[in-house]
Amino acid sequence: MSEARHFKDHHREARLFFARALFAGLVIVLLTGMLILRFFSLQVDHHEDYVTQSDRNRVHVLPIPPTRGLIYDRDGELLAENRASYTLSIVHERVPDLAETLAFLSTLVEVTPNDIEKFNDQLRQRRRPFDAVPLRYGLTEEELARLAVNEFRLDGVEVHAQLVRHYPDGELFAHTIGYVGRINESELAGFDPDEYQRYSGTHSIGKIGIERSYESELLGEVGYQNVETNARGRVLRVLESGDPKPGRDLTLHLDSRLQQEALAALEGHRGAVVAMDVATGGVLAAVSAPSFDANLFVTGISFKDYRELNQSRDLPLFNRFLQGQYPPGSTIKPVVAMGGLHYGIVTPEDTVYDPGYYKLKGSSRLYRDWKRWGHGPKVDFKQAIAESCDVYFYDLGFNMGIDKMHSFGYQYGLGQKTQIDLPNERRGIWPSRDWKRGARGEPWYPGDSLNVSIGQGDVLATPLQLASMVTTIANHGTRLRPQLVASVGGEPRPPITDQVVDVEDYISQLGIDAMAEVVHGQHGTAQRIARGAKYKMAGKTGTAQVVAIAQNAEYDSEALSERNRDHALFVGFAPLEDPQIAVAVLVENAESGSGAAAPVARRVFDAWLLHKDGELKE
Amino acid sequence: MPNQDFLRRLPESDRALRRRDRLQQRLHLDFWLLLLLLTVTAGGLVVLYSASDQSLATMKRQCIYFGLAYLTMFIVAQVPVHFMRRLAPWAYALGVVLLILVILYGVGAKGAQRWLSLGGFRFQPSEVMKLAMPMTIAAYLGQRHLPPVFKHVFWTLALVAVPTALIIKQPDLGTSILVAASGLMVLFFAGLSWRYIVAAVVSLLASLWPLWHFVMHDYQKKRVLTLLNPEADRLGAGWNIIQSKTAIGSGGVPGKGWLQGTQSHLDFLPEGHTDFIIAVLAEEFGLIGVLILLALYILIVLRGMMIAIRAQDSFGRLLAASVTLTFFVYVFVNIGMVSGLLPVVGVPLPLVSQGGTSIVTLLASFGILMAIATEPRKVIR
Repeated sequence: MSEARHFKDHHREARLFFARALFAGLVIVLLTGMLILRFFSLQVDHHEDYVTQSDRNRVHVLPIPPTRGLIYDRDGELLAENRASYTLSIVHERVPDLAETLAFLSTLVEVTPNDIEKFNDQLRQRRRPFDAVPLRYGLTEEELARLAVNEFRLDGVEVHAQLVRHYPDGELFAHTIGYVGRINESELAGFDPDEYQRYSGTHSIGKIGIERSYESELLGEVGYQNVETNARGRVLRVLESGDPKPGRDLTLHLDSRLQQEALAALEGHRGAVVAMDVATGGVLAAVSAPSFDANLFVTGISFKDYRELNQSRDLPLFNRFLQGQYPPGSTIKPVVAMGGLHYGIVTPEDTVYDPGYYKLKGSSRLYRDWKRWGHGPKVDFKQAIAESCDVYFYDLGFNMGIDKMHSFGYQYGLGQKTQIDLPNERRGIWPSRDWKRGARGEPWYPGDSLNVSIGQGDVLATPLQLASMVTTIANHGTRLRPQLVASVGGEPRPPITDQVVDVEDYISQLGIDAMAEVVHGQHGTAQRIARGAKYKMAGKTGTAQVVAIAQNAEYDSEALSERNRDHALFVGFAPLEDPQIAVAVLVENAESGSGAAAPVARRVFDAWLLHKDGELKE
Repeated sequence: MPNQDFLRRLPESDRALRRRDRLQQRLHLDFWLLLLLLTVTAGGLVVLYSASDQSLATMKRQCIYFGLAYLTMFIVAQVPVHFMRRLAPWAYALGVVLLILVILYGVGAKGAQRWLSLGGFRFQPSEVMKLAMPMTIAAYLGQRHLPPVFKHVFWTLALVAVPTALIIKQPDLGTSILVAASGLMVLFFAGLSWRYIVAAVVSLLASLWPLWHFVMHDYQKKRVLTLLNPEADRLGAGWNIIQSKTAIGSGGVPGKGWLQGTQSHLDFLPEGHTDFIIAVLAEEFGLIGVLILLALYILIVLRGMMIAIRAQDSFGRLLAASVTLTFFVYVFVNIGMVSGLLPVVGVPLPLVSQGGTSIVTLLASFGILMAIATEPRKVIR
């Protein structure tokens, strides 16, 4: 300590210190100035920006999804409803130990490895802190109860309720009402800004059927809530709100009981039944069998279920009455025959000799009658229809020519969409010269006309088209548009007349009389279904070839595999004098229109026209 | 005598002044300083009440700590300054031992070992060092001729380096910087040659590169990067700064009103009751509130510097100045960090943030100031 011996110069040290203190004071003033400038910049210069930011932080617009419109059948039975469904979600930040919580949860509710995988995927994605990540949808009542009891042990576990579409008769109406499903990415990409807003609170959209075609009516209008939330996204206060407008309810022409009866009448066969209200064009029943449970699609169908449906040979997802295009066979013969009368090609009294085959002049090809030995020497208009005499129609078709045949049949809706209120309808084929040139690049041959006249060859029609056709016949040529929806939000939709066929009233009556003969005549092809009927019917059977039969070969059903057998068809209406209901029936590979399809129609007629005790309704 | 000039300028009658002067001397209190401290403390409690979402439990706890802290301040103020000088090396040695113990047996939180647990009582040895460091350096340099020569500078730096390194090791960058600064400030006030200072600043800047690549932890780097561009990670590391700037900016000049801050009350602002409490003040009391608080802090600093200038010897001067300037550094670093000027280093706002032992340490340092202020005058020849 040599310095200690020296004398300390206190004054000099004090002066030195004072200088340093002054310097420090300068630095302090400088730094404080910086802070003040900083706060001035934040609180004065950028005040507005930060106010906006702060409001954006705390105020959120929450869309409130509207309640989707309900769908009722004609008697007010609920066919599509909205049910509360409970979703289990986890707020990761509030869970003390995620693995433990998941393990505990799986003892309370069913949690599949698939659920956990999806959950982890979502957890890895970027999200706001304290966002709830869904783990399980559609909790059962029992699971809800178990969660409620254990709530105190489940920090960070939340249960939310939301409305989910439910179809009480999901399988019966899958092809008419259709279903809603989650909005997918391509649908989202197709939204315009307005739609984007309308769907902001909604997760599902109509995919097929009425749910799709009436989507805008069913959806309703989205409501909103301006809410104040904390950093965890929890809503603390509602600042302002606008109520959502529920979607409009639909009442259908469909009759649930008739629908059930039509399905039952098919007795497990693949096929389709369409029943129409003759007076309005309202569709009373529309069945495509087999079907599927529409509820599977609502919250997203599992891959396994979908594969099963999609790969089934029976094509349950295929809407047979709307998109199934079948050769209509003899069911179109009344139309062809009336066309012959209308154009004066034949008179009702003109007869044709039917030896069992028909031969074009200068051709060796034989056009066979379905009856090997023919229908006799003098087949007239009425007998031709009643017994479905092919040779009569070959002759008529040849004489009438395709142009007249096309023009007349087209007015009954053949070859054009019925414009029913369902999406993705098919139009079938009602051939013409133009069509053949366009589709085949070939000219029209006289032989083609022969095939068309008996509903074979290139002719294709959907069961719905056939129902529309037979309803038009019953209405003496007034073609009403088939409609499923009777009223929207209580407002009735009026019947729409799409066409008044250029046909004389007496000709229509002759056609109807001949169709009555099909059922009630001695040799009528469907005379079996008249047995025990309390009312009279008119109808026409049909059998449509699935595979072409070689020229000289016999149709041998035993040799054909089940899937290649003929389709059975029947169209008709009842009661004869005052038609109320018209029906088209298709039974795939059932061979005989009279044996398989006509009885289905009879059961549908009975269900509609008779009381439960079998008495005729007023 | 500079001190006589100061006394003459006070607007009280000589008699009243003398009476108060005597009372201050007897109680070893500096009334001006005490008044300022109590004002900030009271204001701080008002802000904390709002920031803690009106938690009475928090208020009670804070009041107990303040009671303890003011008591400590009063006790420390009674300690004679020359005794402090002799105590300093022992406090330093104790601090170093405790810091070593922390590294060996410390209790951790958030990846850092900062706490020693003694029979259920937890405390941070770095708190001891906050006081021991300036005392020791002041004691060492106070006995030397000033300005210090190279040898003394060297030993001073060594004394600063040991505890600083130990605290960095915990790791606690914020505290280590503050502890080192409190020691280096003594060196500065002792008249360290400007040549050394310039050389140090230059070499510090030059050492940033290796510091960044070899010394700093990832979370420390992240804090710096977040400061430079908080928007880059809005929901993660940038969240705190963005939310605190939003709170401050949205307060405007008059503020949103007490208990009316949305950022803080809706939990957007993290750590609103501890390190980020100035954001709550700025949101609810606006620029006006901030300026008043800054003014109070500046008055405290001025009073502290005045005490330092009036101190009787080098030890008192150096210690008082260092304690005062350290206090200002706390204020500046905290407010700078919350307003986005500096990286987030986890320094509480003195006298306002909710705290425990750090409040006691802080007021103990003001006790030192008061002891120096009220040291009985020696007759200088």
